[in-house]
Amino acid sequence: MTEKIKIINNTQEFDDMIKQSRYVLVDFWATWCAPCRMVAPVIEKIADQYSGKINVAKVDVDEQQELAIRYGIQSIPTVIFFKEGRIASKEIGVKPMSSFARMIESNIA
Amino acid sequence: MGDLVDIIIIGAGPAGLSAAVNALTRGKTVRIFSNKENYLTKAEQVDNHLGFYHVSGKELMDKFKEHAEAMGIKIEEGMVVNILPLGESFMVNINGEIAESKKVILAMGISKIKELPGEAKLLGSGVSYCATCDGMLYRGKNAVVWDQSKDAWEEANFLQSIGVNVTFISKKPQPENLSNDIKFINGSITEIIGENTVEAINTGNETINTDAVFMLRDAVAPTALIDGLELDGNFINVDKHMETNISGLYAAGDITGKPLQLSKAVSEGLIAAQHAALQIDKEEN
Repeated sequence: MTEKIKIINNTQEFDDMIKQSRYVLVDFWATWCAPCRMVAPVIEKIADQYSGKINVAKVDVDEQQELAIRYGIQSIPTVIFFKEGRIASKEIGVKPMSSFARMIESNIA
Repeated sequence: MGDLVDIIIIGAGPAGLSAAVNALTRGKTVRIFSNKENYLTKAEQVDNHLGFYHVSGKELMDKFKEHAEAMGIKIEEGMVVNILPLGESFMVNINGEIAESKKVILAMGISKIKELPGEAKLLGSGVSYCATCDGMLYRGKNAVVWDQSKDAWEEANFLQSIGVNVTFISKKPQPENLSNDIKFINGSITEIIGENTVEAINTGNETINTDAVFMLRDAVAPTALIDGLELDGNFINVDKHMETNISGLYAAGDITGKPLQLSKAVSEGLIAAQHAALQIDKEEN
């Protein structure tokens, strides 16, 4: 996996990240989820393409249940774009690169 | 993940099998998936397919399968849940197994899928088409499984086994192999209720509170399979090469519209496969 993606290990790390970074794209996933494996390489491409402009993180919903509950994750993959700590946009399910690019482009200044 | 093949074909009716045969004769590798019996097998008599006069749909379908099998084509059982275009290839999720191909041909026939009130709005927010994909998120919670395919009871048992509290709703009698821990209701769902997430379903007789609804049909509607697919009315919009608005994704047969006839399906399968094969050759040279 590209080093540009941050793996979130606990809630504190997550909170620090969305506080410190203006733009964060977060992929909520789990190891058993086939559609998540489809989206993973797309998220990697996004991380490469927007490197330096946004931060990209992955949250395993089985390990980070607190975050999954906080953001009401009911289907995965769910990808949320945070702007200044707040949810700016959300995509649920298997989506092409263009959908994620759109959610970023429409929210970054 | 499976190896990259040239063409994945979804549906093994006349259009799908014709596409498979033609892809193979152009030297391409294929995988073909099917999840249901073809409508053709139900036609009592077919008189308008050239070369075959006065035959039953079932006889023809058997011949088509024989033809494909003689060429080494193996029809794989499975329902396609998602398709993701990656630019130069596609990822296809078949019941949780991920397969990859350079091109995809949709040949699932006409979709008789009627969406329920509330279904589209709550998809991904409690409504799911795939128990093995989303089931784990509902451990310790209540889920309704709506039986609309022959394997729905297996998925219901899977959900129950991982700790979901399952209610199984079916128009048919209770399946023999359905787990004893699952509550069975004879009936159907008329509405899914919820503001931001699923709260309940309506059976017409009663309202049942639930956190999730698994709609297990024989097929997923094409527009739910792949994001951004253009339709023309109820059918998939294609150009003269049978290519959809998504590059590398083709559609053939009844799924592209009228006339819903065998000969048209067979010829569209050929056009799609040959064009896909040609594009693969061009891209590799």
